[in-house]
Amino acid sequence: MTALRARAPHAGLALLIAVFAVFFVLPLAGLLERGIGGSGTWDAITSNTALDALVLSLWTSAVALVIAVVAGTPVAYWLTHARFPGKGAVEALIDLPIVLPPTIAGVALLTAFGRKGLLGAPLDDLFGLTLGFSTAAVIMAQLFVGAPFYVRAARAGFASVDAQYERVAHTLGASRLRAFARIVLPLSWPSLAAGAALCWARALGELGATLIFAGNLQGETQTMPLAILSAFERADGLTAAVALAILLLAVALVALAAFWLLSTRGRGTP
Amino acid sequence: MSLRGVAAGALAVAALGLGACGDGEEATETITVFAAASLTEAFGELAAAFEAEHPGVTVRLSFAGSATLRTQVLEGAPADVFASASPDEVAALDAAGLVVEERALATNTLVIATGQDGIETFEELTLPGLRLVLAAEDVPAGRYARESLALAGTDFAERVLANVRSNEANVRATLAKVELGEADAAIVYTSDLRAAAENVHAVAIPERFQVAAEYRIALLSESDAAREFVAFATSPQGMATLARHGFTAVGVTP
Repeated sequence: MTALRARAPHAGLALLIAVFAVFFVLPLAGLLERGIGGSGTWDAITSNTALDALVLSLWTSAVALVIAVVAGTPVAYWLTHARFPGKGAVEALIDLPIVLPPTIAGVALLTAFGRKGLLGAPLDDLFGLTLGFSTAAVIMAQLFVGAPFYVRAARAGFASVDAQYERVAHTLGASRLRAFARIVLPLSWPSLAAGAALCWARALGELGATLIFAGNLQGETQTMPLAILSAFERADGLTAAVALAILLLAVALVALAAFWLLSTRGRGTP
Repeated sequence: MSLRGVAAGALAVAALGLGACGDGEEATETITVFAAASLTEAFGELAAAFEAEHPGVTVRLSFAGSATLRTQVLEGAPADVFASASPDEVAALDAAGLVVEERALATNTLVIATGQDGIETFEELTLPGLRLVLAAEDVPAGRYARESLALAGTDFAERVLANVRSNEANVRATLAKVELGEADAAIVYTSDLRAAAENVHAVAIPERFQVAAEYRIALLSESDAAREFVAFATSPQGMATLARHGFTAVGVTP
């Protein structure tokens, strides 16, 4: 272990790192090179389509994140401590959307909540409620693909908290909720914030499931990734697609920086 | 226990909130028009003219491949009007009992779109190594393109299809690949080239191999504004707009 520390990388490894870096940096450079100073960039960024899509993306992904945190935190906490047969299966099921291609998620959501879906059909028959191709569908798609990242990170965070702290808190008379809020939450805060950031980023970038389950309607279901795809398909649309991509990238970077601050500053001690 | 209760309550509230959003338009009426990708500019103009003539009515447009739009409507997408590049997609909706009425809208012809150093004749589509992009077989433009190739002979069609590098979800995505220089050639609608970038030029498809694309417009809801939009699209003014964008207007009166 110590032998690996603080040694200049081998020449071959250095080359590999350089190639790797170029591979990831070059696409971003290409995006900026095309977009900055391009004649139509500003028009595209300030267009109605872009603003509608940005507003929709931001608030839907925020709602998806809130639901993921509110519902995912207790689930993650329970999964960390509960012991029951088939627990592995439940955990695998919650992790499944992480490895599931988004297009499959979209089709799956449609077969469950679409107008002819398992739950969608009775909802439609009984209440005339159609979930598919609505803003609700956008949020559901984002929640489906994003929430597992939060639950996973939260589980890891809760598991890393020494159970003895909680036991001590209990013996000192703290309620379970109080022990959770004062001991577990502060200690696992960095994991929760990182999980929330991943969940939100995944929701913000969601394309495949949204396209299939929610469609592509400006102002209602056309989020930024869909607007970028639509722009790309329009005649001479690369300019607009690049402009929207840069806009989304900037927003995502600002938000991730905020999450990062939250995870480092918000860390507490019991 | 209490945490679980809180979470369940929050989830229920959130679900109620979700169910509620999506309706809630103000005093103005909004109609949703699903239209084939090739109609992007023509219907953009039509919608603007219609809104100018009908204050209080907002037209929401959604453009995609007709096949994509068909599937979306079948799965419950809230469209009032559907303008398809082929009768097949409308027929599928009709079979599902979703069409109130429908009529002919326009026709279109096929053309080869090619880049700066692209091909010059229809026959050159068989050139080995040519990077050809078509709309997918299920998409009207892709279906028409394959019909056209088949008219030129099975062997010819096979050799051309061997050059296909991508099957796109709609005709504009197909055209975009040539505009980007990622494809050497694509088969698209003649009207699409009106909207194409300057680096794209047309290679004619011989008359005997031409396939006429038949556009139809369907009313999918009982909305009066939607009914008026269908009438407007097929009115002389609508026909003139379509003709200006390179379509052959059908000019049907009900």
